[in-house]
Amino acid sequence: MSISEKNNQDYRFHPGELLPELEGHISRGRFERVLRHGDFVVTAELAPPDSSDKALVFKEAALFDNVVDAINATDGSGANCHMSSVVVCALLSYIGYSPIMQISCRDKNRIAIQGDILGAGALGICNVLTLTGDDVSSGDHPEAKRVFDLDSISLLTLINKIRDEGTFLSGRPIDNPPQMFAGTTINPFVPPIQSKALQLEKKINAGADFIQTQYCFDMPMLKEFMSEAVDRGLTERAFILPGVGPLASARTARWMKNNVPGVHIPDSIIKRLEGAEDQKKEGQKICVELMQQVKEIEGASGVHVMAYKQEKYVAEMVKESGVLGNRKPWAPSDEQ
Amino acid sequence: MYRARVFASKHARGYEAVYKASSPLILSSLKIIDKLTKGKLDKPITWLEKQIKGVLFDCQMCGNCVLSSTGMTCPMNCPKTLRNGPCGGVRENGNCEVKPEMRCVWVDAWSGSKKMKNNLEIQEIQFAVNNEHLGTSAWIRLSKENNQNN
Repeated sequence: MSISEKNNQDYRFHPGELLPELEGHISRGRFERVLRHGDFVVTAELAPPDSSDKALVFKEAALFDNVVDAINATDGSGANCHMSSVVVCALLSYIGYSPIMQISCRDKNRIAIQGDILGAGALGICNVLTLTGDDVSSGDHPEAKRVFDLDSISLLTLINKIRDEGTFLSGRPIDNPPQMFAGTTINPFVPPIQSKALQLEKKINAGADFIQTQYCFDMPMLKEFMSEAVDRGLTERAFILPGVGPLASARTARWMKNNVPGVHIPDSIIKRLEGAEDQKKEGQKICVELMQQVKEIEGASGVHVMAYKQEKYVAEMVKESGVLGNRKPWAPSDEQ
Repeated sequence: MYRARVFASKHARGYEAVYKASSPLILSSLKIIDKLTKGKLDKPITWLEKQIKGVLFDCQMCGNCVLSSTGMTCPMNCPKTLRNGPCGGVRENGNCEVKPEMRCVWVDAWSGSKKMKNNLEIQEIQFAVNNEHLGTSAWIRLSKENNQNN
């Protein structure tokens, strides 16, 4: 055996095994499987660490074992530096999780993004979520250059082109183009509200297979949005997962309302937190109630939990909500 | 000229009518001019386009003009230069995430498009800007494309 052959054996990479191809399915990932099966799906957001230690990634992912179907790895969320979403997803896929690779248009141009998508395919990553991305001014490097070469809709178009036509944007052919299950976000809680269903339709026309929304704290607004989506037949064309999360306190809620772009929190929620003895517990209780209410909404395929700095409570909240019924999502320990 | 842009969105219906009526006229004149001068007037024409569209729409000369698909609001004034906005960062009062004192370009675009006769054009997907066209005249390019089609 030559040295190079030996090296190849020793350092062989084992991405999480892909599921067999199924008719009517785009990807070979578990996330799409569960959705198409018609189960109520739970996804959760993982905050990539400020570290090069992969153990931290596995530790955080393990918090979601048996309660979450797919894990979103954020891409420089809030325009702050963290471990890259490609790498977090590669690590997760390595041990069999179903990661959703978030791609923000803020930091990379079309050349870099296409490279990442091919790389993601090689690593067994089956899901991508396109985002415009928070502006650089909201992060810890406000002096950085904003890229925004693409926007989230252009990026969806691009992913579909790679998938369906098997070429780069330039038309140059790709060998074995990655079959990505593609999603994007929508914020139903900010202006222009009257055009939200149209905006959603535009995203689905661009090729969105699933949608994860911004934090929902205003249930009547979400219901209005969802009923419009149902009326336009959009929930038949894409899986919609409204976003929820626990608020740590009334103070945090007020800070988020004023400082995090696009987060809408009604005063009634803030008052409820203020009146509670244990505000953190109350925030989690609200989150559990929101999950239960989301499950009752016609057209909602699941719920997306964004529990920033409260990841360790996700399992508890999901279990308490009962949204999974008797179903137990996959975890690495199931394999042993 | 922020005010010009807001005005254009408010009066999108009228702007649309003028735009739709004048575009063929401008493009066919440019076609003739181009044939006669063989591109010698490209620079002054680009300058003129910049002045006119600057006053009317706060145009940024991206060279990929899509005004009729964006409620007559120039999307290049969006700090993220989105071609299919808005992003999720719009403030509750409808202002921009990046420039809190400015109304979101895409809030104006969607409200402008509602007023237009062809109010579904905003639903068309606009692929990202071709950066090779930055700073060049969309008029000249379109008139030449017209030439090729004829």
